[in-house]
Amino acid sequence: MDKQDFVIRFAGEGGQGLVTSADALSRAAAHAGYFVQTHSTFPSQIMGGPASSQVRISTTPVLNSGDGVDVLVALNQYAYDHHHQDLNVGGVTIYNAEEYELPDGGDYFGIRADELAKSTGNARAANMVSIGAVANLIDFDLRQIDAFITQRFTRGRDGDDEIIEANIKAVRLGSEVATDAGFKVGKLLAPDPPDYEQIVVTGNAALSLGATAAGLEFYVGYPISPATTVLIWMENNLWGEGRFVHQVASEIEAINAILGAGFAGKKSMTATAGPGFSLMSEGLGLAWMAEIPLVVVDVQRGGPATGLPTKSEQSDLYTCMHPAHGDIKMPVLAPGTIEECFYAGALSVNWAERYQGPVILLSEFGLAERGENIRRPDLSSISTESRTLVNQEDNGKRYDSWDGTTPLPGMPIPGGPGAYVANGSEHDEIGDTTHLPRHHIRLTQRRFKKLDLLNGAHYEIENVDDGVIIMPWGSSKGPAREAYDRLRASGENIGWLYSVALHPLPDEVKQVLDSARKIIVPELNYLGQWSSLLRQEGYPAESITQYTGLPFRPADLVVSIRERITVGATV
Amino acid sequence: MSKRNPEYDFAWCPGCGDFGVRRALQVALENYSTEHEEPQANNIVVAGIGCSGNMVHLVEGDQPFGLHGIHGRALPISFGVKMAKPELNTVVVAGDGDFLSIGAEHIGPAANRNLDVTAVVMDNGVYGLTKGQSSPTTDYGAVTVSTPLGKIETPISPLRHYMSIGVTYIASYYSSKPRVLAKLIQEAMNHRGFSIVHVQSPCTTYNDTYEILKGKPKEGIKGLAYDIPEDHDPTSVQAANDLLDRPGIPLGVIFKYEGKTLQDRYQELQSKAPSKTNEQLLDSYLLKV
Repeated sequence: MDKQDFVIRFAGEGGQGLVTSADALSRAAAHAGYFVQTHSTFPSQIMGGPASSQVRISTTPVLNSGDGVDVLVALNQYAYDHHHQDLNVGGVTIYNAEEYELPDGGDYFGIRADELAKSTGNARAANMVSIGAVANLIDFDLRQIDAFITQRFTRGRDGDDEIIEANIKAVRLGSEVATDAGFKVGKLLAPDPPDYEQIVVTGNAALSLGATAAGLEFYVGYPISPATTVLIWMENNLWGEGRFVHQVASEIEAINAILGAGFAGKKSMTATAGPGFSLMSEGLGLAWMAEIPLVVVDVQRGGPATGLPTKSEQSDLYTCMHPAHGDIKMPVLAPGTIEECFYAGALSVNWAERYQGPVILLSEFGLAERGENIRRPDLSSISTESRTLVNQEDNGKRYDSWDGTTPLPGMPIPGGPGAYVANGSEHDEIGDTTHLPRHHIRLTQRRFKKLDLLNGAHYEIENVDDGVIIMPWGSSKGPAREAYDRLRASGENIGWLYSVALHPLPDEVKQVLDSARKIIVPELNYLGQWSSLLRQEGYPAESITQYTGLPFRPADLVVSIRERITVGATV
Repeated sequence: MSKRNPEYDFAWCPGCGDFGVRRALQVALENYSTEHEEPQANNIVVAGIGCSGNMVHLVEGDQPFGLHGIHGRALPISFGVKMAKPELNTVVVAGDGDFLSIGAEHIGPAANRNLDVTAVVMDNGVYGLTKGQSSPTTDYGAVTVSTPLGKIETPISPLRHYMSIGVTYIASYYSSKPRVLAKLIQEAMNHRGFSIVHVQSPCTTYNDTYEILKGKPKEGIKGLAYDIPEDHDPTSVQAANDLLDRPGIPLGVIFKYEGKTLQDRYQELQSKAPSKTNEQLLDSYLLKV
């Protein structure tokens, strides 16, 4: 059966090269001109524990990790027991015959990958044996894998040729096992390679690239899953004159350090996850109150407390909107695809500069380490905004009243004119503490009025005339979009609304919400956080929630959205 | 800024030690600026929360930049300021509660980095702004509003703590002689690395220690404070530790060590660090077909 789309999952124990296998297969497919998306799940430990890594290969851009699995490579009995039920009809399991046996007659066959790899003279080629078997099952052209292997291992070293030869042989041996077993899962359609340049990148790398493209100069952070790779990226790349990158002693140090740097004129950022974000609460309040530009990336994981450090959840939305005590509502950008991670990374830096305040970039585990091939961003299309600086003509009053009818007054920078005190206590025009009502009133209004400056984030509006609209946020966009497409194809009259900016919402999005009859929000949390925030604004929103630690499956969403369309509002 | 700002609504109690420290800081900032031929705007004062933190609003004359942040976090804020603008003079002002209780976790990292900032710590042995609770330097057994039956923790020894954790300039003084204190603060500003000037700054309302510090010379009663002997060698770790073994409050420079600062170390890395343009960074992810 010809298919445009296959999901291949490698399951076993952490440290068995699962991610390496999925990555190699995805890169080979991307090289061949397919669109790919990887997704991994693993326990929070250095080695071992049940883990899996999968790749979805398609002739069109991949929106999500898919419904089920077409080929499962199960490296131990536990992996087989726990992933077998995810197989699609017609799917096949390749099991590790060196580890365990399964009774005759099922939708599976065994492979002795280590043994076959050793026979090639390269014991490390075992994952290529598995990949060869997988390729055979979906009729993926082995020469495409050869080309990838040749490129990957041509490193100008002695022995490159031997390694390439052994890996290519390993692929053939794996493929022969599948032929002998007599299984076929389908035939992957020929690719339709895009005519534009592509990069293969994860969400965390994409947002780092985006922020850097907008002129990020100062990054400090503290390791925490799943945000650590942003720190690693910055430590490797944010170098050069006028830049600074450092690992500090805690998230409290991190937020306060970027606050000091933002005050001193630098475009500053840190990245963290839930527990670290909680520690940054007070510092974020100070940044809002003293009006210091900075960006905090929250890569969500399951919460509360330590929660599920390496699982997908969208449950930090409340805390990102209102991270600190007092009258605060932060700007929040929540990208939903790898490509959006890049552009939101850039926009978050620009927003912070534009409105002279803190911005939250809300990512998630489901995006952080997922690899995807995307169009190479055109840097000439990225604007790099810098805060306006105080000049001689200004009255030198940093905290003057502001009603939005004039440009936001410039910000004084230490070493330059306009010395003032950046103050977390309520203050007067030059930053001295005062508790007089008129100052608290005018500055509270100023701080909220500045949010009007924040626009330009990506949004999507389609078929909204009938009034029933599906509005996902963050990474739930992918499965929701596939569900939406299937529902439209089956004749359901349903609209699509999506916004990377969750606060402030673009005017165009608000207009749609104003006239919507029902807004259905698929989101990965228990409380239905986004729909409740929409209801708070008076919009008729209701959630489809899931809190399994896993992303939505499009097929499940098709069912649950259809129920909501027919049953009527159940707010 | 108070003199030109009638709406500023904070005041220290009459006789507060912080007046003397304010005077000393002001003189030190002015003299430092003159010495280095720089405008006052090249100085940044980062303050925490407490009576001491209000220092940042009370400097008179030409104004430095200020940041009045949150309780305990003046050091990490100053770290960000300093690494963003290494050429500017960054000073932290904090109290004993601010610096040694809620903010104590930041002293170690600042010392490890040898961060080139100067901390002026005003120690009055009490939480004054919240009206008289016990602080890390309050004596064992002391009765305060939050220890009505007596404090059951032993007090921290700040100078020993700084010494053991690797602070590279440590001075101790009291608030009563602002001109001498100013010289110490200026010397600390000129020190390349993390410097702390720990000042006994009595709280006349909740913990008036003037007499304990200075004694009653006319009646022949000795105070706790004593001038550090002229033959003390502050570059010697042994001498500094010996000094801190003596009872009393030493007045003067206890220890100083000129080593590489964080900027120095960072600069060394910069010279061998990769520097890629944004285009090159993107290209490193190119899908090569």
